[in-house]
Amino acid sequence: MISLIVNDRRRSVDVEHDTPLLWVLREQLGLTGTKYGCGVAVCGACTVHVDGQAVRSCSFPASSAAGRRIKTVEGLSPDRSHPLQKAWIETQVPQCGYCQSGMLMAAAALLAEKPQPTDADIDAAMTNICRCGTYERIRKAIHAAAGK
Amino acid sequence: MRLQASRALAAAALTCLLALSGAAVLSAQSSSRFAGADVQTTQPLPQRPSVSSAQLFEQIYIVLKHPRCMNCHTGEAFPRQGDDAHRHTMNVTRGPADHGAPGLHCSTCHQSVNQAASGVPGAPDWSLAPMRMTWQGLNAGELCRALRNPAKGAMTPEQMLPHFATGLIRWAWAPGMNSHGRARSIPPISYAQFVDVTRRWIASGARCPE
Repeated sequence: MISLIVNDRRRSVDVEHDTPLLWVLREQLGLTGTKYGCGVAVCGACTVHVDGQAVRSCSFPASSAAGRRIKTVEGLSPDRSHPLQKAWIETQVPQCGYCQSGMLMAAAALLAEKPQPTDADIDAAMTNICRCGTYERIRKAIHAAAGK
Repeated sequence: MRLQASRALAAAALTCLLALSGAAVLSAQSSSRFAGADVQTTQPLPQRPSVSSAQLFEQIYIVLKHPRCMNCHTGEAFPRQGDDAHRHTMNVTRGPADHGAPGLHCSTCHQSVNQAASGVPGAPDWSLAPMRMTWQGLNAGELCRALRNPAKGAMTPEQMLPHFATGLIRWAWAPGMNSHGRARSIPPISYAQFVDVTRRWIASGARCPE
């Protein structure tokens, strides 16, 4: 049994120690906002926060999550009021939307560490992949949310 | 194929050198094993031929130059990957503290253990060596002197053994499978041999090749 704190709620799950955190979130806890993309930590669709840091949850063993604070896109704000969520809507960032929860979590981690990122900072931190090519709108929305 | 062949030759040559220079205990164990488990060997241990301190470093050097070490001891603003030392995919960068870019730390993907499900390697404190500790393009003598230079490594020979005992260094001998399910290569001598030769290099004065 592994105990972890997900979106400020303590949860216990009975899984193998090397089960990826992604499957704990989606299968055990029903938090399907976090997506499965490549499964090898490349695309970033599965990005969540662990103790405030962005991690690719498909490559994060559940045993490493024990006792730690996990935040998924569902926990970013209670009412979609996070500055990034607002900027995402104002800028109409998504097209198909599949990668966007991971994009939002990666962007939130970046702004938490660097409140006023430059274009170069965004390029370095946002390695998530978007098949629809929404990168320019993502950059614009991050700048819009910066410092708010 | 050529690379594999030259590695195999290097490993074979090194094995011979180790056998000649420092495997007296192993030699005695082997003798008793062949003679039968309950028979004590009474033969005197063979004389250990003298190997200079600088020669011992050559054996350390072949480990340090292995891709498992070199890929993170780069002199560039990014890590490298694989036995071909290609640039780390996904525009991964060194970042201000050698732990990746803000928002994309090494720990975004690299956890404290290898992750079998994805093939992403992991060990405690996964990070790049600081830029001043780059080993790129250095021959054995240059790398040895870099290790002994506080401005480049800030580590005395005595501090090396505890460093080599950390999980990150030991990972090089247990690097797991890559994302294609193939085992990553490991340095050409075992971890025990690496520690042994390092200990003997330090004890013999930690001298560097020319």
